[in-house]
Amino acid sequence: MSSVYKNINIIVKNLISRKARSFLTILGIIIGVAGVIIIISLGAGAQSLVLGQITKLGTNLIGILPGKSNDNGPPAAVFGVQVKTLIENDLEMIKDTNRIPHITDIAGFVRGNITAISQYDSIDTSFTATDGSYPRVQNVEMERGVFFSDEEGRASANVIVLGYDVAEALFPNGNDLGQIIKLKTSGDDGVSIPFRVIGVQKKLGTVAFQNQDDQVFIPFKIGQKQILGIDYIQFIRAKVDSDENVKTTIEDIEQLLREQHNIKNPENDDFSVRDLADAIKILTSITDALRMFLGLMAGISLIVGGIGIMNIMLVTVSERTREIGLRKALGATSKQIRNQFLIEAILLTGLGGILGIILGVVVSYLIALGAQYAGYDWSFVISLSAVVLAVGVSVLTGIVFGLFPALKASRLDPIVALRYE
Amino acid sequence: MLLQLKDITKEYQNSGVVTKVLRGVSLNVEEGEFLAIMGPSGSGKSTLMHIVGFLDRASGGTYFFDGEDTKDFTDDELAHIRNERIGFVFQSFNLLARTTVLDNVILPLTYSKKTNHEKLAKDALEAVGLSHRLNFMSNQISGGQKQRVAIARALVCDPKVIFADEPTGNLDSKSGDTVMGILQKLNNEGRTVILVTHDRSVAEHAKRIITIKDGSIISDERVTHQKKSKVVAEEQDV
Repeated sequence: MSSVYKNINIIVKNLISRKARSFLTILGIIIGVAGVIIIISLGAGAQSLVLGQITKLGTNLIGILPGKSNDNGPPAAVFGVQVKTLIENDLEMIKDTNRIPHITDIAGFVRGNITAISQYDSIDTSFTATDGSYPRVQNVEMERGVFFSDEEGRASANVIVLGYDVAEALFPNGNDLGQIIKLKTSGDDGVSIPFRVIGVQKKLGTVAFQNQDDQVFIPFKIGQKQILGIDYIQFIRAKVDSDENVKTTIEDIEQLLREQHNIKNPENDDFSVRDLADAIKILTSITDALRMFLGLMAGISLIVGGIGIMNIMLVTVSERTREIGLRKALGATSKQIRNQFLIEAILLTGLGGILGIILGVVVSYLIALGAQYAGYDWSFVISLSAVVLAVGVSVLTGIVFGLFPALKASRLDPIVALRYE
Repeated sequence: MLLQLKDITKEYQNSGVVTKVLRGVSLNVEEGEFLAIMGPSGSGKSTLMHIVGFLDRASGGTYFFDGEDTKDFTDDELAHIRNERIGFVFQSFNLLARTTVLDNVILPLTYSKKTNHEKLAKDALEAVGLSHRLNFMSNQISGGQKQRVAIARALVCDPKVIFADEPTGNLDSKSGDTVMGILQKLNNEGRTVILVTHDRSVAEHAKRIITIKDGSIISDERVTHQKKSKVVAEEQDV
């Protein structure tokens, strides 16, 4: 044991006496390891940024539409065909947390076209009639005022929330809260219903090919019964508590609706339940491309680091070979030489690996801090597998290229190694 | 008989061309001898020394070291012999660079079973008169001092034979004389010393000179008037 310690002591002295070479070897490993950690962390951070943008629209959402659809195409309702199989009772049943435990909020929707009239102007727009739970299902940001509450929604209060563009058109002076507007359906027998403006949504722009600012929100029942005169629901949107529960919740809802609709064979479903799988698929393909690109860069950084290590090791082969010759001439056995160089390579690469991890983590953390300071939704992520891979490859390169020439030299006759040039 | 060589040959093959360096050398060396191997460069004297000193292998012939046939030695046994029973001094010193004098002398001890490394190394350095340079780096001392460190390193494991390959070749005459004095002193203390040189005046410090030419021994003579190094001469005067 003490001889091992003595051995390590000598090796450390030896390494210190070759500062430049030891430093360059360690540097190669530091660059390889830190580079990979930083690049992978950047990738994960950028991914979190992209995901964060999407989350703003709402995540873990499930859409329930009337009518059967197969997995390849959208349900008929999407094309404007009115399917009446989804009714209010379905919505109430889905709300039952005993049956569907993972739903946090749920809102039913009907939509239609309408003319909105204020004392200043009128505009043709679309209305969305929904529940007071809407802001909890989808992320809603208000420019001013509030969204209508659950009570107002249930009570079919005559309150309305305007999209940004609608508010601008109807109230050019901006003084819209508390004002009364009328919604008028087209046709001779059209109804005209007054509403009090209680809120205006922030400007959202176009999301999913729809101008979010050119619409108004009113309580569900008014839109369904009084304006459209129907008794079914066009679609339901539910929010699930976490990503992992989306799939089971979809199955739970399907199960429930089949019971409600007396459907034995899933082939005969008169509804469809979907998550944001399509959007996620697109998102995944984008972030996958990003990760592949970054992975490539990380690979290049590893190769650069590896070549650095290789270079140093190979450049010093002749010096090392002579040293090995001397050590053998002084009585070292091949095994002792091998052990010395193995311990040396492990010490060097291990130190480089540790320093590389520290540097990589610190730099990644600083980048995350900077990005967060700049207002980006950037997470600080360190991938364990990236660390393991980077350290593994660097250490292996160091050991192979440090040890292999040494092993070769240790098999030479001392005089041959001593004269090596 | 310490060393017994019979018909030792050595040939190198270089891209199909065979070069015969030793053409059947037979030589006996008794314990306590001071032998100089002389000859012009390319004569094979260094090769012979390397074979005798276990740094190289003969192509043919037999070599008995201390009564044992070296043919049967394994690599590890050879390493132990190099470590414990012989010491080697090179023309170009071959010290570890950027390493202290003391650590250079300790180096062979790390491969031995001996304990008390520092004490042994200090004793060896005292024997070559370098006790005041223990913590100097090997590249901070003069050539003569380097060779004395190398001798201390050859000496530190208490070997039976010391091989010195042109030990004065890279030194000025004064340093060379000091080095030869140390070798003579070691021989006077009973250690066998084998020296390779191309320089007659250096060889005359030994008690016996063999001359090699073209891979064969052409003469083997006793030195009648052993040249005394000033170091040894002064000590004997006192």
